[in-house]
Amino acid sequence: MENLLDIFVKSIFIDNMIFAYFLGMCSYLAVSKTVKTSFGLGVAVVFVLLITVPVNYLLNNYLLKAGALTWLLGKEATAIDLSFLSFIMFIAVIAAIVQLVEMVVEKFSPSLYNQLGIFLPLIAVNCAIMGASLFMQERDYANVGEATVFGFGSGIGWLIAIVGIAAIREKLKYSDIPKPLRGIGIAFIITGLMAISFMSFLGIDLGGLSN
Amino acid sequence: MSNKESLFSAKNRQLLLGPLSKENPVIVQVLGICSALAVTAKLEPAIVMALSVTAVTAFSNVIMSLLRNTVPTRIRIIVQLVVVATLVIIVDQILKAFAYDVSKQLSVFVGLIITNCIIMGRIEAFALANKPWASLLDGIGNGFGYGLILIIVAAVRELLGSGTLLGFHVVPQAFYNFGYVNNGLMILPPMALIIVGVIIWIHRSKNKDLIENN
Repeated sequence: MENLLDIFVKSIFIDNMIFAYFLGMCSYLAVSKTVKTSFGLGVAVVFVLLITVPVNYLLNNYLLKAGALTWLLGKEATAIDLSFLSFIMFIAVIAAIVQLVEMVVEKFSPSLYNQLGIFLPLIAVNCAIMGASLFMQERDYANVGEATVFGFGSGIGWLIAIVGIAAIREKLKYSDIPKPLRGIGIAFIITGLMAISFMSFLGIDLGGLSN
Repeated sequence: MSNKESLFSAKNRQLLLGPLSKENPVIVQVLGICSALAVTAKLEPAIVMALSVTAVTAFSNVIMSLLRNTVPTRIRIIVQLVVVATLVIIVDQILKAFAYDVSKQLSVFVGLIITNCIIMGRIEAFALANKPWASLLDGIGNGFGYGLILIIVAAVRELLGSGTLLGFHVVPQAFYNFGYVNNGLMILPPMALIIVGVIIWIHRSKNKDLIENN
């Protein structure tokens, strides 16, 4: 239980998708003009991460990893390593799940669909989603619970980041910024400053459970 | 007939050179920042990343341009993803075979080339409406435009952060004797963002027409 909390806090603050790895920057910069829309996109990202990371975890562990097929084919399958297929597998899963989520949300909650609908297609090529699956593979989490918590935490971290920058950019409209720096330039620099402030979380002591 | 025009006509040269400055994918179109900045702490991985992205952009552009009349519009996204993912797997396997150390440093970021917005963006915006040769030039041009920014950022960060370029010591020992210290902040992620911000600032003050009004 403590371990899960540990992963959760770490994935939100320390390994923040935007500030530590710059994942999902494209939509982060493009959709962060108002707080309302950026919150919508953030929620959609959390939602999709919450589903895709565990699904990809199961695929990776029972299908792709070296020796993962032993449960199906017996001892002689230990030599089979399909991990070179993981990129294409992950992206296919993500694209399919995004499509599925879009259809389900449209059917059962038209009001939510109106808010999230336009963002869902964007999410299939959001690096944060693919990145979370790849980090999950690289860090080799112990069970599906840990992977789920990691996916959820990464999503929340991304949500915090995009809502934060959107709030700042709303205020920026009233500031006197040098002309060539307006728009995208200042957004980069502010993200950099936000990233520096997030680095203060590096000092958090998580009880020594993680290295 | 466009078939008659020479392979390096003015229009084609523009396709190749435009993305280096006026239509730069990173600082003007704001595409492909996602997987880019995390690899810029050192010059070597940045160069490898730039070459990988150029190769994938160029080939995926050519392939999608060849397929543009056969793929139904409704399923084009998934076809694009499959083409790009296959190319990225090939790049990843090549890197693992011939440049294992760099491939370890790049870790997940090779896989993330798949979701690099430059590639999908150029396929959607250019390759689906143009002939293979023009698409190849557009792909190479955008790959280089992306690589240019990556290499500038990486060079600044490595020079000021570690005092080296490509692993060789550039800052003379005498400087350190006089109390010069490497700027450790440069190696940390936030500085990549700030350097890109400054590059945009300089670029736009040279090209006034790119300035945003809001």
